[in-house]
Amino acid sequence: MSDVVTMDDLSNEEILSILEDSVRLVPVARGAVHLPLLEGKVLANMFYENSTRTRMSFETAMKRLGGSVLNFSSIGTSVAKGETLYDTMQMVEGYADIAVIRHPRQGAAQYSADAIDIPILNAGDGAGNHPTQTMLDLFTIMEAHGTIEGLNVVLVGDLRYGRTVHSLSHALIRFGAELTLVSPETLMMPDEIVNDLRSSGATISESTDLVAAIPDADVIYMTRIQKERFPDEDEYAKVAGIYMLGAKDMNDAKDGMIVMHPLPRVSELHPSLDSTVNARYFQQAFNGVPTRMALLCRSLGVEIPEEVKK
Amino acid sequence: MSEMRRVTAICNGTVIDHIPAGHALQVIKMLRIDTHRSNPVSLVMNVPSDKMGRKDLLKIEDLELNQEELDRLALISPNASVAIIRNYGVAEKRVVELADELVNVARCTFSNCITQNPREPLPQKLILYSRDPIEVRCYYCGKRQDLGDIIDNLI
Repeated sequence: MSDVVTMDDLSNEEILSILEDSVRLVPVARGAVHLPLLEGKVLANMFYENSTRTRMSFETAMKRLGGSVLNFSSIGTSVAKGETLYDTMQMVEGYADIAVIRHPRQGAAQYSADAIDIPILNAGDGAGNHPTQTMLDLFTIMEAHGTIEGLNVVLVGDLRYGRTVHSLSHALIRFGAELTLVSPETLMMPDEIVNDLRSSGATISESTDLVAAIPDADVIYMTRIQKERFPDEDEYAKVAGIYMLGAKDMNDAKDGMIVMHPLPRVSELHPSLDSTVNARYFQQAFNGVPTRMALLCRSLGVEIPEEVKK
Repeated sequence: MSEMRRVTAICNGTVIDHIPAGHALQVIKMLRIDTHRSNPVSLVMNVPSDKMGRKDLLKIEDLELNQEELDRLALISPNASVAIIRNYGVAEKRVVELADELVNVARCTFSNCITQNPREPLPQKLILYSRDPIEVRCYYCGKRQDLGDIIDNLI
């Protein structure tokens, strides 16, 4: 199947092949090369939840490849009138060749993939998976370090509700990274995920101390404490702003250590960090374009030429 | 066989043997013979067993369990032996086998799963993630299901 609902839908070989395709597509993503591989194809961007980067980078990816985009938001549409996801997706199948879906309910992407035959790319389902983010994260790590194997990746912040880190941690383990999980006690990675990771032979340490984790890190992956996932405001207030990184924290870092963040940030990354050699989050956001281009092509069965020439 | 004599032989129906000790009431609930049926049921709990140490046993009169019902049973009693009784004799032995997929057996228990909207028409699907120990997850949202909760969420 050409759906990508979780990272389990991609083998390690496929992941590496998509990452190689993404490298070749960088000049197209920047607009330096015109390569209309998806001309005549229509993408339905089905966003039932807010998004900036994911939605825009999918749109840019599709348009840079010559395709067109239908943008959907659940506000002001038939969803507000109580339409089921099943019915909405039946309609989308008639209008588009491929659909990207983000939905507040977990399992919505798999449900959509079962409901219709056009390829579905999961752009985040509740606190579940966000595999296209994982692909751009892997791309960013490979770009900086040339490998994933043996790297110490420190995942920081909301590891309980953060779907980004759920998908990413599985993928990192598959490529032989070591994980350090740093979070407040109330936002620790769910046991079932940690158990899954450990049972696949992963080296994982858990801590609440970010500062202690900096010197050994090859990658620090910061996440926002997501206010919208907290059942009440008091619980959120207890942990908001607990982890912050600024330029001076980089003094203890190894050479080549990179700081990533799926964005948006609130207070966890101080603007002083932006100009350091370690900051990689804006580059990471750009990397969403070539990786999503490669994913769109793969799902639509379109081959990317071995050489992308001007 | 001494424990078999604790209750009388049944003429027609189903005998479920080798239920883990203390689980017979859950089996009754899972098979929904506690609410929607009027069949006489004999229940034997915590009797000695060579194979299991202690076990439970059920005799359900005038009801022959079908495969779909056995699928439910397998979740809490995967090694149970089931005999269909006709005219006081064992007419058939049925194997309880835990299916890889449980379709429309129980609802996902996770409050934020897409399947929580009762108007969504696709079937409820749970998948067997591990056989030993038994671990069941929702096919759609991937959440692990507590076996005790499954009993309360049967369809």
